[in-house]
Amino acid sequence: MRKETILNAALLFGLLAFPLWAWVADEPFLITLTTRAIVFAIAGVGLNFALGFGGLVSLGHAAFFGLGGYVMGVLAFHAQTYTSVMDWPFVISGTKSMPIIWLVTLILSAILAVGIGALSLRTSGVYFIMITLAFAQMLFYFTISWSTYGGEDGLSIYVRNGFPGLNTMDPIQFYAICYVILLMVLAFVFALSRSSFGLALGASRQNEDRIQAVGQVPFRLYLTAFAISGAITGLSGALFADLNRFVSPTMFSWQTSGEIMVFVILGGVGRVFGPVAGAVLFIVLEHTLGGLSEFWHIYLGAILLGVVLFARGGLYGMITGREVAHE
Amino acid sequence: MKLKSLIIAASIAASTATIAHTEGVKVGMITTLSGGGAGLGIDVRDGFMLAIAQSGRDDIEVVIEDDQRKPDIAVQLADRLIQSEKVDVMTGIIWSNLAMAVVPGAVAQGQFYLSPNAGPSPLAGAACHENYFNVAWQNDNLHEAAGAYSNDAGHSNTFILAPNYPAGTDALTGFKRMYEGELAGEIYTRLGQTDYAAEIAQIRASGADSVFFFLPGGMGISFLKQYADSGVDLPVVGPAFSFDQGILQAVGAAALGVRNTSQWSKDIDNETNAAFVESFQAEYGRLPSLYASQGFDTANLLISALEVADVDDADAFRAALEAANFDSTRGDFAFASNHHPIQDIYVREVIQEGDVFTNKIIGTALSDHSNAYVDQCSM
Amino acid sequence: MSLLLFIEQTLNGLQFGVMLFLMAAGLTLVFGVMGLINLAHGSLYMIGAFAAAAVAGATGSFLLALVASFVCAAFAGVLIEFFVIRRLYDRDHLDQVLATFALILILSEATRWVFGSFPLFLDKPDWLSGTVMLPFGIEYSLYRLAIIVVGLVVAAGLFWMISKTRIGIRIRAGENDREMIGALGVNISLLYTFVFALGAALAGLAGALVGAIQSVQVGMGEPVLILAFVVIVIGGIGSIKGALIGAILVGLTDTLGRSLLPSFFGLFLEPSSAMSLGASLSSMSIYLLMIGVLLFRPKGLFGGV
Repeated sequence: MRKETILNAALLFGLLAFPLWAWVADEPFLITLTTRAIVFAIAGVGLNFALGFGGLVSLGHAAFFGLGGYVMGVLAFHAQTYTSVMDWPFVISGTKSMPIIWLVTLILSAILAVGIGALSLRTSGVYFIMITLAFAQMLFYFTISWSTYGGEDGLSIYVRNGFPGLNTMDPIQFYAICYVILLMVLAFVFALSRSSFGLALGASRQNEDRIQAVGQVPFRLYLTAFAISGAITGLSGALFADLNRFVSPTMFSWQTSGEIMVFVILGGVGRVFGPVAGAVLFIVLEHTLGGLSEFWHIYLGAILLGVVLFARGGLYGMITGREVAHE
Repeated sequence: MKLKSLIIAASIAASTATIAHTEGVKVGMITTLSGGGAGLGIDVRDGFMLAIAQSGRDDIEVVIEDDQRKPDIAVQLADRLIQSEKVDVMTGIIWSNLAMAVVPGAVAQGQFYLSPNAGPSPLAGAACHENYFNVAWQNDNLHEAAGAYSNDAGHSNTFILAPNYPAGTDALTGFKRMYEGELAGEIYTRLGQTDYAAEIAQIRASGADSVFFFLPGGMGISFLKQYADSGVDLPVVGPAFSFDQGILQAVGAAALGVRNTSQWSKDIDNETNAAFVESFQAEYGRLPSLYASQGFDTANLLISALEVADVDDADAFRAALEAANFDSTRGDFAFASNHHPIQDIYVREVIQEGDVFTNKIIGTALSDHSNAYVDQCSM
Repeated sequence: MSLLLFIEQTLNGLQFGVMLFLMAAGLTLVFGVMGLINLAHGSLYMIGAFAAAAVAGATGSFLLALVASFVCAAFAGVLIEFFVIRRLYDRDHLDQVLATFALILILSEATRWVFGSFPLFLDKPDWLSGTVMLPFGIEYSLYRLAIIVVGLVVAAGLFWMISKTRIGIRIRAGENDREMIGALGVNISLLYTFVFALGAALAGLAGALVGAIQSVQVGMGEPVLILAFVVIVIGGIGSIKGALIGAILVGLTDTLGRSLLPSFFGLFLEPSSAMSLGASLSSMSIYLLMIGVLLFRPKGLFGGV
């Protein structure tokens, strides 16, 4: 446990120190890069809660990532064009305030997750993987043809949304917002994993019959976990859209779902900080390998393959010397 | 690679030179160099770099990045080029959705953007910007030309189809803007669809006298092959995107006889074009496509502006770009008030020259054609 | 829509379904028998198509190209199984997902490195071109009929292999209890290599056959991958019969959806909304089908042993 705690602390420290150095050294791009890693980390933490702790392998988490992005996009779009989202039965106008957008995102993502989960959790194993994928694909094709909000061309939000008291267009300030959110999400998941809910979830993952014998209902546990997981990933989607000032249907694609899963697996499934390490590693690889050759995907694939085959339990598994049970 | 060493030499020269009026120009090119759609980005890049090499200037440094056709990567690269590399001019994006992600933010920050391909309608209309120039066309142009040609060819009952995404809807809208006949049918296919048996059966049953389609990339290849094999023998019209040099080799004989509209063809009769085709083939071992010509023209536009103005003097540089005083592969070149080209759009027919499939101009569909969004642009 | 058109569209749906089966057959073997999620299936499909295009370009013979696609994909399958897949049988699905995802990256870029970024030319042979007249006066492509025949032959062949041959018995036994069959003296690793290679070969063959009427380019396997998974899940993992029926269901749903939905909505909506709604809904139709099937039969139509 100690090695893991040291690595956790090192990660948090590094994610704080590096952008501060970049700020001082006037390299705003590196700050943006770190922010990107943090946003992906939050998405991964969300998925990891369902996947690592709940044993629910969802290949459709892009559905929540994309929903978060589009919630932000739609609300900000209407705010910047001074129109309202809906006029009947009650008026909903746009907003460019980040806290409000996050709140709406969390609620809507949780609702979507409950909806998808209620249907999907009736299956298990590979069927669960595929049905979650199907929901994400449907949203993907739907948004491509939804021309009101740009369809495949996506939506540009020219100026980042506002956070009271801060200039969000300044890379270091937006980065600070994301970092604090990451800390809050990590604390939340950490506390949850240690709570009675978390323990019941873990127990259910390992042996459903036993936990039913003590009066728990696995379906409800899974659904709650799925809802929380979806909400967190949705929040990361809204942050991602703010980071890029752009939303597009690719946020719903199965490749995005796959990438989020890659972060989780790379870092170490079932560990609270795993996705953070995974996201950082992935961003570093993406950034550095690109300069090597036009065919750098080969190197990326080879490294990923190496990690799976030889570094069981991802980065954390490699450093602490053991995997965490997650099946 | 000859050009690669030239780039290195140029950047070394740029960093060590002490030139009187400027320390050289840095161009940031974000284009698609990997994955399925890489052929277009590679063509644009090759055309652009050929022009840079031929200019003989050693003060232009081009930083080339691969966007992998992903909007968020394109945004990230744009941030890096603007913030870290501090480029003066940006170019290169192939796809409209990536352009919409990058361009508005970039031009708002004072960057000049010269588009060698993507020309989405918002950037021509309501979201137009004084720093944004499109050297290729506005997205609707080639489809409008197809509509005009269909009128000339006497088609009166056309069946039209395109994929169900903004570029597809724009394509059919553009076609219908010029076309005056009846529509035997209008279908939106699924983006990425590869089997068109159902659509072809509908075409057969509709009593149409001609077909217009916009299906870029692999979709077009699939459709053409299946159409040729179906026994439906109606004349086909489309924009050049489904019939460019890269695609034709993959389709082969199935595309023969198809009429397609394009602002460029290798047989346009002027000195610049002839020299371009010859030098491109000599340098790269393949015939250029319209994308390559667009990259070539973009670079030459940039160079022409650099001849008369310093890139740091934004107003002068912008005026120089607007003047567009360069030799284009299309002959005379001029911009409309919303910075999109006013040009002739030709009709080409797919023919076979020996082993190679290519295009030959058979007429002009639209002359001195501008675009439909000029009035929406408040520049 | 006329009756004739409806019949033709149904035929198109069936043909599309058989084509999907061809694409999915290899995956159902690997997935069903070995329980291995192989995301690289689409890449093997692509390798087969590229091998066929290269050989057809060099020799001009379509048959030779088909053989090449089968052999090359099988060979690629053996290599992949030996170096990568072998280590994943004991691992959970997640590791298999990541490993095969990594394989997609490697194989796609390697193909682009060897063959370049532009699509390749692959055409059906002259003796399979043209149309034939079917009953009811329907003019149908000879090549598509040939694909239907090949698909059905493959289905029959797989059926026969699984149920009537020794290898089939071993495969079924291995699916049930791997350790026991190892203890009984069967060379499990050789068996698995064979199954994986066969699955790969079928994917490659499908790539060549279908590539001749579609486009041969890098990334052509990814949409196929998703479709293949959908087909297998609907049919039930491990069942060849399920895969065939699932494929035909998907083919019919997709084709008839595309042809009928816009007209259906046109009955009570104005044309452009009807069209866009119909088009959007039809692209989602196969996923709706899968969700519907899984809600009633959580292990697919014929799955759940």
